[in-house]
Amino acid sequence: MTSAVQSQTQSQGQSQGQSQATPAIELRGISKAFGPVQANKDISIRVMPGTIHGIIGENGAGKSTLMSILYGFYHADSGEILIDGRPTRIPDSQAAIRAGIGMVFQHFKLVENFTVLENVVLGAEDSGLLRPSLARARSELRRLAQDYELEVDPDAVIEEIGVGFQQRVEILKALYRKADILILDEPTGVLTPPEADHLFRILRNLREQGKTIILITHKLREIMEITDTVSVMRRGEMTATVRTADTSPAQLAELMVGRKVLLQVDKAPAHPGAPVLEVENLRVTDAKGVERLKGVSLAVRAGEILGIAGVAGNGQSELLQVLGGTMRATGAVRLNGRPLDLSGREDARDRRAAGIGHVPEDRQTQGLILDFAAWENVALGYHDREAYTNGPMMDQAAMKADTADKMQRFDVRPPNPLLAAKNFSGGNQQKIVVAREIESGPALLLIGQPTRGVDIGAIEFIHKQIVALRDQGKAILLVSVELDEILSLSDRIAVMFDGRIMGERLAGQTDAGELGLLMAGITEGAR
Amino acid sequence: MDRMPRWADLVLIPVISLLLAAVISGLVILAIGHNPLEALGIMVSGSVGSTYGWGYTLYYATNFMFTGLAVAVANHARLFNIGGEGQAVIGGLGVALVALYIPWPHWSLALLGSIAASALFGAAWAAIPAILQAKRGSHIVITTIMFNFIAAALLNYLLVGPLKPTGTMETATAPFPEATHIPSFRDMFSFGETILFRGTPANLAFFLAVLLCLLVWLLIWKTRLGYEIRAFGFSEGAARYAGIGSTKIIVVTMLISGALAGMMAVNNTLGEAERLILNAVEGAGFIGIAVALMGRSHPLGVFLASILFGILYQGGGELQFALGIPREMIVVIQALVIMFTGALDNMVRMPLERLFARRRPAPAPVAPPGPTLHPPGRPAAPTNPGTAATE
Repeated sequence: MTSAVQSQTQSQGQSQGQSQATPAIELRGISKAFGPVQANKDISIRVMPGTIHGIIGENGAGKSTLMSILYGFYHADSGEILIDGRPTRIPDSQAAIRAGIGMVFQHFKLVENFTVLENVVLGAEDSGLLRPSLARARSELRRLAQDYELEVDPDAVIEEIGVGFQQRVEILKALYRKADILILDEPTGVLTPPEADHLFRILRNLREQGKTIILITHKLREIMEITDTVSVMRRGEMTATVRTADTSPAQLAELMVGRKVLLQVDKAPAHPGAPVLEVENLRVTDAKGVERLKGVSLAVRAGEILGIAGVAGNGQSELLQVLGGTMRATGAVRLNGRPLDLSGREDARDRRAAGIGHVPEDRQTQGLILDFAAWENVALGYHDREAYTNGPMMDQAAMKADTADKMQRFDVRPPNPLLAAKNFSGGNQQKIVVAREIESGPALLLIGQPTRGVDIGAIEFIHKQIVALRDQGKAILLVSVELDEILSLSDRIAVMFDGRIMGERLAGQTDAGELGLLMAGITEGAR
Repeated sequence: MDRMPRWADLVLIPVISLLLAAVISGLVILAIGHNPLEALGIMVSGSVGSTYGWGYTLYYATNFMFTGLAVAVANHARLFNIGGEGQAVIGGLGVALVALYIPWPHWSLALLGSIAASALFGAAWAAIPAILQAKRGSHIVITTIMFNFIAAALLNYLLVGPLKPTGTMETATAPFPEATHIPSFRDMFSFGETILFRGTPANLAFFLAVLLCLLVWLLIWKTRLGYEIRAFGFSEGAARYAGIGSTKIIVVTMLISGALAGMMAVNNTLGEAERLILNAVEGAGFIGIAVALMGRSHPLGVFLASILFGILYQGGGELQFALGIPREMIVVIQALVIMFTGALDNMVRMPLERLFARRRPAPAPVAPPGPTLHPPGRPAAPTNPGTAATE
């Protein structure tokens, strides 16, 4: 590492102390417009070999467009691409692969019912016969696994392995095609914290072997943890490139959003009242006979946020679904003292009528219907309420007016009730869901992964709304795999592991270390 | 992101597909030694050149409207009802039973009775696959196909046995009584000496079909039930989250679908044949699939596609009559239209989308927020304002 703070735009290239080295990738003056939308404006960037270069920016800042240009999916309107110092034309992804560029997409491109080996070979077969290619791939995979901690069973079928492993297969695919430059687009979006840690270990190994890595993300923590250099994008422009060691999360956030951002939630102490939700000995067994909830008991009081921490897949989803009325269970649940039916006779509609609002974990497959217009989504689950109906007909005028009103108050952009949900960014989609559920006036709000795939500006807004609802005396059950979010938002924290509550802590009296142990199922050592 | 304006989706693509089908059909006709332009002239004049032609065209179109709507409604719940054929057959049985065994004082009452009976029978025939799907997960495509065979076999049995009048050789019921005869277009549209639609089968049921197009449009885009059906069709997970029960939606949607297909019997059995004959449906249940596909499951599209297929049916018949082009060749032409408008949809769509993307800015993959998402001066739906926001 060389000198400390440098002028922001000239600081890359020195992270390995090789100021004269040729950049692995250099983009010069890349511009790309989609009609009137300037997705990339005169972007220049130098990525040095053997480094991890982060590109950070909010949704819609132009990160993916830039990488799509580099990978041959789009053609830049102007500008130049240099690979290892040589000007290179990349008309399609084949050319990108030949140039040594590999891409790991956010949504994996794997054949679900093929084995790992078949997926790796697919499209890179040596000849018409499969057997020799597979044999070669098998030995190559063994070597890659040793070199980079990229162990995957080559004969496992994709749909039967976890997302963390699937991602490794994507990385292996790129390496098998002799990629020296690896682009990863939001790689941790689908990973649990341990999986993310493992991924970072792999990336560090790759860097040590001289590979160049571009990491696209909007998570500041990841940038700080693993990158050598970071470039910030905002509204199609590259606003800064800095050495990671010379910057701070607060500075990056400000560069991304263009204003100061509160990374900490600003909230007054809670004044909890009577218990609103009481859960006793909740048990769920899934279709395969596996017990997912093994006797969960908890209570949420009026005016408090109970955060459920835990690695994804330890029963949090089931807990939300049971309470939300989309999954059967045994045990007892009372809402304001009245028992809820858990046998399946009551569905989600009955839960809403009882006063439970629910922001589901997955807004794309549950919380929203992406092909529906915003106004139809704002009515989802509430479409038979009196305000929205006119006999058997829908009162569309009322629904649209109400949507316009909610969009304005929750700062949904663009505030157009007729636009289909799929055309909003992740943050604005989430705001639509949050607006719908908060505005229904629930006694209890279930909220799962409130800020997954949501940009920083919207995270701040959504957190404020949740705290405001608490301050109105409503009970809130928060489930999140982001420990930071749990710690900053909750008044009380319960940790789930393997379908059980491992322990409960007051938010002010615990820390990430203790919760991390509980999340791993370790109770000794935790206070 | 909508890649092109709605008018292009709803009008331009079908028109281009049709032109392509016409060109290929022309080559086929050329290949068997006839003049394609002459053939086209005969098809057009034979189907829409006279009230006689229209009388047949609209009769066929009416059949396709019923079955097309049936498929379209089911499509909105992402249920593929291939059983329109069987449901229409059983609907015919319903019509025959009420027309033969209830002494109707006037045709209007007989019409109402037939509508009710055909809808009920068709719905009942669709109900069994629906319940099997909802409760047992038996795939509705398989079960509805199988129920077509069962319906055909059942009708076969009834028409050679219990329902056949003694002393006839024909596999048909006795003619329906005079009081059940509903007005044909000839009865309705002839004034004094001017006889229009002479000898053609088009009848009052056409207006029932048009009315049903309107009702289906209301159902799908204006009612709560339609909202639930579409929600279920787009996303089962979101529907469950919203408390929209899958069993209810599957069964109710299929009942409506089956009823629509069943009501086809009002046209072909009550309105035209005036008795129940074997093979009365003549594949209209399957044409309905093509009609719904081409009409994008929208009632207006179904209406227009039905008219088109009516023209093809009637024009094809004329072609056979006038030029001696074998019946099989006419089926080839119809198949080409179905193939180009239905199965090969993407062949036209994708180049067109690219064209529009170049002409009119498509947004970036990660949609930048702001008003650019909605280019000004582009109304969402020039063809059908009522559904602009909802589809």
